[in-house]
Amino acid sequence: MTNTEIREFIENAIQENKVMLFMKGTPDAPACGFSARAAGCLNSLGVKYAALDILPDPRIREELSGLSGWPTIPQLFVDGELLGGSDIVLEMYESGELAEALGVEAPQDPAPVEEPPPVQQPIGLENRLG
Amino acid sequence: MPSAHELKERIETALPGSRVSVEDLTGGGDHFRAEVESDRFTGLSRIQQHKLIYDVFGDEVGGAIHALSIKTSTPSGGTGR
Repeated sequence: MTNTEIREFIENAIQENKVMLFMKGTPDAPACGFSARAAGCLNSLGVKYAALDILPDPRIREELSGLSGWPTIPQLFVDGELLGGSDIVLEMYESGELAEALGVEAPQDPAPVEEPPPVQQPIGLENRLG
Repeated sequence: MPSAHELKERIETALPGSRVSVEDLTGGGDHFRAEVESDRFTGLSRIQQHKLIYDVFGDEVGGAIHALSIKTSTPSGGTGR
């Protein structure tokens, strides 16, 4: 794939999926604590989301950050707009704003989401969209 | 390798009048958490607030600074949206 094709793939993913998470690893096997935290917030709200592992090719991250202007992973897009990275997602989860932005009911008492472990876990090779 | 103190000074220089605390989460000089209170954040979305901090460090975020966790607030207490 050329860089342009990767960029177009990313743009399409953002446009076609109401809730699109770019992360290290997968929701089942996150490869970084920050990605795990963002996925955990979405999981506990029970929303359907698409996730793309950025690790298989370094150009995915380069192109993603190039178009979003956001340097770190994860990145959560809702309705085609960047909502935030892991800190913003967690803050909005805890305040109920994330549920509001996603159009789901906010839990009365949001389940705590684990703080990320500082050391990166082994990289999962599986890459999936869905 | 950047230190928490160095990060704090660079944020304070970039955002004069801000109140900044930076913690080195692992002691290894690559995972940091910054809490920043600045009136520059007033009226900005969280995304824009965090980008102001990321912009201080440019390519170092994701490089020498492997992870930078950010919490922003304004002196009036709001976190914006």
